[in-house]
Amino acid sequence: MITTRVRHLTQRIAKVLVWTAALSTIGVMILILFQVLREGIPVLSSHFLLDSPESMGRSGGILPTIVGTFALTAVALFFAAPLGVGTAIYLKEYTRESRISRVIRFGTDCLAGVPSIIFGLFGFVFFVIYLNLGWSILSGGLTLAAMILPTIISTAEEAVKAIPISYREVSYSLGGTKWQTVTRVILPSAFPGIFTGIILSVGRSIGETAAVILTAGSSLLMPTSLFSPVRTMSVHFYILAREGISMEMAYGTGAALIILVLLVNTIAQWLINRYIRQRT
Amino acid sequence: MNRNCGLRIANCELEKAPNPRKIRFTQNQNTQQSPFGHWILVPGDYLGFGFLKLGILAILFLPLVLATGPLMGCQRSKPEITVAGSTSVEPFAELLAEGYMKNHPGSNIYVQGGGSTAGIVAARTHAANIGMSSRSLLPDENDLHPITIARDAIAVIVHPKNPLNDLPPARIVGIFSGQIKNWKEAGWESHPIVVVTREEGSGTRETFQKLVMKNEEITLAALVQDSNGAIRQVVSNDPHTIGYISLGLVNEKVKAVKISGVEPSVANIEVGMYTLVRPFLFVFDAEPAGMAKAFLDFVLSPDGQKLLEKEGLVPATFKVR
Amino acid sequence: MELKEKIIGKSLLLIALSSVMILGLITFFIFEQGIPLISKVGPLNFILGERWVPSKGEFGIFPMIVSSFWVTAGALALGIPLGLACTIFLAEWSPPSFAMVLRPAIHLLAAIPSVIYGFWGLVILVPLVRDRLGGPGLSILSGSLILGFMTLPTIISISEDSLKALPPTYKQGALALGATHWQTIWRVLIPAARSGIVASIILGMGRAVGETMAMIMILGNAVQMPSSFLDSARTLTTNIGIEMGYASGDHRQALFATGIVLFLIIMGLNSLAIFLSRRRMGS
Repeated sequence: MITTRVRHLTQRIAKVLVWTAALSTIGVMILILFQVLREGIPVLSSHFLLDSPESMGRSGGILPTIVGTFALTAVALFFAAPLGVGTAIYLKEYTRESRISRVIRFGTDCLAGVPSIIFGLFGFVFFVIYLNLGWSILSGGLTLAAMILPTIISTAEEAVKAIPISYREVSYSLGGTKWQTVTRVILPSAFPGIFTGIILSVGRSIGETAAVILTAGSSLLMPTSLFSPVRTMSVHFYILAREGISMEMAYGTGAALIILVLLVNTIAQWLINRYIRQRT
Repeated sequence: MNRNCGLRIANCELEKAPNPRKIRFTQNQNTQQSPFGHWILVPGDYLGFGFLKLGILAILFLPLVLATGPLMGCQRSKPEITVAGSTSVEPFAELLAEGYMKNHPGSNIYVQGGGSTAGIVAARTHAANIGMSSRSLLPDENDLHPITIARDAIAVIVHPKNPLNDLPPARIVGIFSGQIKNWKEAGWESHPIVVVTREEGSGTRETFQKLVMKNEEITLAALVQDSNGAIRQVVSNDPHTIGYISLGLVNEKVKAVKISGVEPSVANIEVGMYTLVRPFLFVFDAEPAGMAKAFLDFVLSPDGQKLLEKEGLVPATFKVR
Repeated sequence: MELKEKIIGKSLLLIALSSVMILGLITFFIFEQGIPLISKVGPLNFILGERWVPSKGEFGIFPMIVSSFWVTAGALALGIPLGLACTIFLAEWSPPSFAMVLRPAIHLLAAIPSVIYGFWGLVILVPLVRDRLGGPGLSILSGSLILGFMTLPTIISISEDSLKALPPTYKQGALALGATHWQTIWRVLIPAARSGIVASIILGMGRAVGETMAMIMILGNAVQMPSSFLDSARTLTTNIGIEMGYASGDHRQALFATGIVLFLIIMGLNSLAIFLSRRRMGS
């Protein structure tokens, strides 16, 4: 028979354990970030960020990698955003729950679960070899687009779902066609949610390494076209860290990477809070 | 008119993928209920919101456009070549490319890894102008034109704290094959030996296998790293490891052991005493021409060779004295 | 006008099918590259073979499967208790102001690239394991620890969602009956949110099995069958990652074949998670 005393004692113990676990988890995570940031932030300077690397990355800066990261993300968004938003619109506006929509959802969910190395293999054999795009920003960007597509689809879908039916009713009653409704009413209203999803995908694609190495190559030169190979910040960090070429550069790149990712995600959070306010 | 902007979104949790279903913007489940009175976007209002939206878009995407557009557009018409292949040769090729591009501003040389075999294939299929290889060509690759740009020795390395300075080949084979498992058997303290090797397919590993291990297999328990630099890192961090890397990459963080009393050094290679040597090749699918030839000429020039010598390689044109 | 609408409708359908098409392409190409090798070597030899020596044409990935299993199991052994603890903490016991800071913090931590975790593991954790516990440090233990931390955000946020989605009457009823807060959580809320929590764990497992970069940095990548947590090992993902740059011919196809096995495992795990979460949402 469990007495009140025992129950309260159990609660005390559990509380202590849970608090310890939670705080130590957060502590370790912060430790990880702190380690890189502490060593890396001193390295960050305008010189570091705006110069090209010299002598295999032992010195100089990381500008080509920054450009590479942005370029790959831009290409990925260019392809994934229209596809993702289009899919969301189709699922919500142009069809009801049917076999097709179930298949599409299943495909999206499965795609979301594919690990990045498989995307890398696919991108390599399809974009680099089969379509003969070579190791390039285009190959890397297209592969990344496939990776972020599921995220954009579901954020867009949820954003579109949240729009009240009355909007559509009003639009139709005023004589608008479906497409007019979509472009003039639904999309603008769903924009905050869609944009947030896009920002989140950007955060993810910045940190992506495995798929990028296999499709965009690892050249340290400033890219000159969409067909140039390029090295992103995360790939550069990975290579520097493993080869021990220059720990200082590695830490600096890592710090830059962390700050960039944190910035992007903070913007996303801020956007949520700003445009998605809850009623008290 | 309701001038409030934003969507009413309850219970919103966002997270990094892979589970996009995590993201929820649940609204009233009952769609019959009037949505008015919530903070919703009224289309007529979105002008105000729209400027802000445009502003955000501009701030966020402008750097993207700026970074990629002009930087890429204005360099379109430069001559460029691609050099791809062995990751052992790669860092040196990058250095040479840097030197070349400094003398010939306006040209671009892209250096890529991928492995000796991939480099040879790339040369043949014109995926690259020049293929890099850290091993000699196989018989069925003899239709290509290899040019030796340097010679590189493979050094067996241990941690500086390791007191052993000299190992006979038989012992090296014993250690790398896993027959000798403890440093005690090699003359040091009692501690398991940690072997580090390159991955299968690496030209460095193939050379090591062919010239050192011969018919013995490298132990399956060995740690595997996918570049010489990574092996150097691992060995420099753990006193009980042993591995092999390019002589040119040996620095003060690791110690290269002598093999039967012969120290791996450029001098010993040139007199033919240290034989764990392999050629670094530039592979062409035809007679070198154009910018590729210009680069090759630079590499083989005294300036280029001096650059390589400074990094610890043996110049291509040495004769055994 | 009608025609225009119809065309738009059809084109949107095509766009919507893009994710399915991409999935199909991925499946097709991976299988097309890998199946020939599996049939050449024999499926049983491939999956159960214990020797991976590509230079001799031996392609057995059993050690990799076992290592993937051990690393994931270790990660979950760390991730599930800590994850549940953090979830409970966030949902029930933390002061609301602290939670408001903590929740975004966890999401931010989820966004940190895996190479950063791997780097930290390499620089801090591996020497620690090597000096205190023995072995090369680059081991399954180190890998599990880092991987555990990487899957925490997944587990935490989905589980917290499930807890929050429970009707408040569960908690109110239990408390009204005189249960302590802890009893309510442990005996009522968590079992009620069970399927969501399990789904989060399975998804975390899927992420763990698919992690590559951090594992290449920390696991040591030995090809052997691991016999202890302090041994170096190689998972299915790192097998592909570490040899892909160099492989050609049969070797490369074998890596694609490894990809097939990985793909099937993860598809299985994810389908399970989807099935469980659909059931929860549907009921």
